Amino acid sequence: MVVGAGMVGAACALYAARAGLDVVLVDRGPVAGGTTGAGEGNLLVSDKEPGPELDLALLSLRLWGELAGEFGTAVEYEAKGGVVVATSPASLAALGRFAAGQRAAGVVAEPVEGDALYGLEPHLAHGLPGAVHYPQDCQVMPALAAAHAVRASGARLLTGRTVTDVLRTPGGAVRGVRSDHGDLHAPAVVNAAGTWGAELASLAGTTLPVLPRRGFVLVTEPLPRRVRHKVYAADYVADVASDSAALQASPVVEGTAAGPVLIGASRERVGFDRSFSLPAVRALAAGATRLFPFLSDVRAVRAYLGFRPYLPDHLPAIGPDPRAPGLYHACGHEGAGIGLATGTGHLIAQALTARTPDLDLTPFRPDRFTEEAA
Amino acid sequence: MTERPHLAVIGAGPAGLAATVAAAAHGLRVTLLDSAAQAGGQFYRQPADGLRARRPQALHHQWRTWERLRDALDAHVKAGHVRHLTDHHVWCVERGADGFTVHALLGPEQEEPVSVPADAVLLATGGYEKVLPFPGWTLPGVLTAGGAQAMLKGTLAVSGRTAVVAGTGPLLLPVAAGLAAAGVKVAALVESAGPRAFLRRTGALAAQPGKLAEGAGYAARLARHRVRLLGRHTVVEAHGAERGGSEPQGRSGGEGPSTRRPEGPGTARLSTPAVPGTAGLSTPAAAPGRRTTHMLAAVTVAALDAERRVRPGTQRRIPCDTLAVGHGMLAHTDLAESLGCRLEGTGVRVDDEQRTDVPGVWAAGETTGIGGAALALAEGHIAGRSVAARLHGHAPDPRTWAAAAKTRTRLRAFSAALDAVYAPPAHWAEQITDDTVVCRCEEVTAGAVREAVGELGAGDLRTVKLLTRAGMGWCQGRVCAPAVAGLAGCELTPSRRPFARPVPLGVLAHQHTHPTGRGSS
Amino acid sequence: MTTTPHELAGARPGPAFTVTLDGREIEALPGQTVAAALWAAGVTAWRTTRGEGRPRGIFCGIGVCFDCLVTVNDRPNQRACLVPLRPGDAIRTQEGAGHDD
Repeated sequence: MVVGAGMVGAACALYAARAGLDVVLVDRGPVAGGTTGAGEGNLLVSDKEPGPELDLALLSLRLWGELAGEFGTAVEYEAKGGVVVATSPASLAALGRFAAGQRAAGVVAEPVEGDALYGLEPHLAHGLPGAVHYPQDCQVMPALAAAHAVRASGARLLTGRTVTDVLRTPGGAVRGVRSDHGDLHAPAVVNAAGTWGAELASLAGTTLPVLPRRGFVLVTEPLPRRVRHKVYAADYVADVASDSAALQASPVVEGTAAGPVLIGASRERVGFDRSFSLPAVRALAAGATRLFPFLSDVRAVRAYLGFRPYLPDHLPAIGPDPRAPGLYHACGHEGAGIGLATGTGHLIAQALTARTPDLDLTPFRPDRFTEEAA
Repeated sequence: MTERPHLAVIGAGPAGLAATVAAAAHGLRVTLLDSAAQAGGQFYRQPADGLRARRPQALHHQWRTWERLRDALDAHVKAGHVRHLTDHHVWCVERGADGFTVHALLGPEQEEPVSVPADAVLLATGGYEKVLPFPGWTLPGVLTAGGAQAMLKGTLAVSGRTAVVAGTGPLLLPVAAGLAAAGVKVAALVESAGPRAFLRRTGALAAQPGKLAEGAGYAARLARHRVRLLGRHTVVEAHGAERGGSEPQGRSGGEGPSTRRPEGPGTARLSTPAVPGTAGLSTPAAAPGRRTTHMLAAVTVAALDAERRVRPGTQRRIPCDTLAVGHGMLAHTDLAESLGCRLEGTGVRVDDEQRTDVPGVWAAGETTGIGGAALALAEGHIAGRSVAARLHGHAPDPRTWAAAAKTRTRLRAFSAALDAVYAPPAHWAEQITDDTVVCRCEEVTAGAVREAVGELGAGDLRTVKLLTRAGMGWCQGRVCAPAVAGLAGCELTPSRRPFARPVPLGVLAHQHTHPTGRGSS
Repeated sequence: MTTTPHELAGARPGPAFTVTLDGREIEALPGQTVAAALWAAGVTAWRTTRGEGRPRGIFCGIGVCFDCLVTVNDRPNQRACLVPLRPGDAIRTQEGAGHDD
């Protein structure tokens, strides 16, 4: 039983079904109705420092490549590569050091200088000191990817059903969920509820401190392909890792197969506040036009928001919860959930079938925060 | 004068004008922002100045009401209480700690930003026409009924020689009458409700003798122009032809649909030999067997039975080069939505004073729900009086607008009664073939929408959009949302559109906090 | 009983001026939008869509639907129903996204 039909839940359903399990997928909304539907579909290694998240990203990218072969163009998978741009000599030096560490961890990170940068991205602002090219960065259309993964999984999909409780045996083991449309029994429940993962954890009598981090994405009018890669300024990595509640908005700029340029995404900690913020989208526009001056004359036709599910140490929770036997967590991926979904689903399937996981799950242990609190 | 509290009114149609006049008369300074070059909105859309029309009233209804509004506006502008900013396209209203900032783009180019600070905001953004799709509806020559009327009123232009007016709703009669008066042969008025239903003297309809007379007046004018009235009928398909095409064109013989046009003094014509129809478009040659190609040449209409289903065997073909079609109206709610105003159905929710649930924001007219120009005038008047009182720090006395409130009650009931009379054909969504484009901007077909719902788990407008791109294009789903909702079998919910119109990123990137503003008057 | 909209409204516009459509000269009147002048010249489609290359012209007539996009004086994606013409304006039919590349 997977709770949450976003990309992570879809991937859990897919890999669990392929491991031979009978899968039911439940969501209170439609497929991709939460953070997945508000995402850009970044499959990035470029923004990750060496460590468990990067290992998960590399595993996930390999699995994404396999899925892309299977789903074809239906999910708009593009191995377009990323270009991280330094905006000052100091940031170029820092970026160089960052990339060297990533190379040691198995990432392809190629320094780009001078004219070569404009060969990669002809419309970038002039006078930029340099960049690093990450050919492994990819893109996928997240809602389509989730929908196709669900369909390919053959899982029983129950949308429009809200989980109101987690059913447990007298001994405390999870045995299913109660929904507004009746009880659903299963020996294992996967919490793939994303930003709302804390609520599901508490229904199961346990805790997971998932919190929302709001992001806006700007969408332009359709254009011919003028932005070829995922392009962002080196400051972005600092924003992702930041613990500040204040608005951060070093944007990722990218063209899409459908035509529009996507500019995302701001980061703010404002709870589940759905109100529009002009300052946030102004900051995105300012960052994007600094990187690509031609965008000044291009029109934004839309802006939308979503909530990234983050955990205090910016790592997801993946694996069984020893405090509630039968409960597995697969949430808290912050802004990287699409990219990390395949690896997460694969690891969850291995855990569900009692196989040795391909990655050490220790850094992702769901109960790691209770120890800290104690 | 600068001591007066400052109200920004967005939209210079009947609601916005009535509100402006009432607020200015009761001690407010008003900035009236509107996207058009002249006041009037859609209902009182005026011919462009340059056309120097001496009888614009020939295109209009209730002209004396318009003259009163216009004269009152002019008087307040002269007195310095109202600033009328024309050609201002408002894209966002921002709520700050000490008031509001209205963000607009200037002129038809919409590149230069303007911002107007205000103590309160009144949204009178009006509505636009709903059109449900059918095979062939993307052909050039098919346009909205309101669009045909806007082009006629605003630029004295008609698109062809022979028109069919179709759909459902009270707008169709004046559109057909207007086109006929302007020299277009109106081959048929195709209404899916029965015209007799409109004239039935029951309930709230019977309480509106003026409206009934209005309907009867149009009917008489249409009879004079020998317009065929096809009640309980619907257009099931529009057919195209290559330019210079082979469709029978009635009096136009074998010529292309747009080669013969009403020409008279003042009608521009090509100064070089014209290739009629499409302007040098490199469209692919029509594939063999493809029915619809370049331009509208005819429509197929069919009768509806008592349950409003298409009656088999009743199809007939009507040659025409213009199809003006509409299925009612939808409210513009983008600005209200971004301000956080609660909506009710597809309109902005307001109280008896026309206040939204966001302090400092009022709304009036079609944006609060479709009800017509007379209702908009009453609501605008009440809203203007309410804002004036509130910005002066006291609660208004509703007795001062008792007449307008009575009109409002009566016309809201009338509007609800009309909604019950006018309705599209039952099961209209089933008539849309899988290959019919539903989202005109992104060219998403009905088949793709059905697949997203049936096979990919979409259950609402947002998910259908994510999975198909329907509603992601230039118009942001304003046109296709009703059709997509019908096909998906889900509720028509207003989409969130933080930008009421496209905004250059360069404008967004730069803060414009300094109040500026240029305008006529 | 044949009449024209201009006769009906008693229009007495100033003298016509010349604009171009894809380099061809056409006449326009003071106060006419791009769409009005093109209609008067017998042209009802001036754009092809990005996906299927289908022709489009006026649909909503009030700036909401963006179907009537056209390039005016090298500025793409202008709404023909909104933009008034000035002498010498160069109108170009628009293909796809309207941006060169």
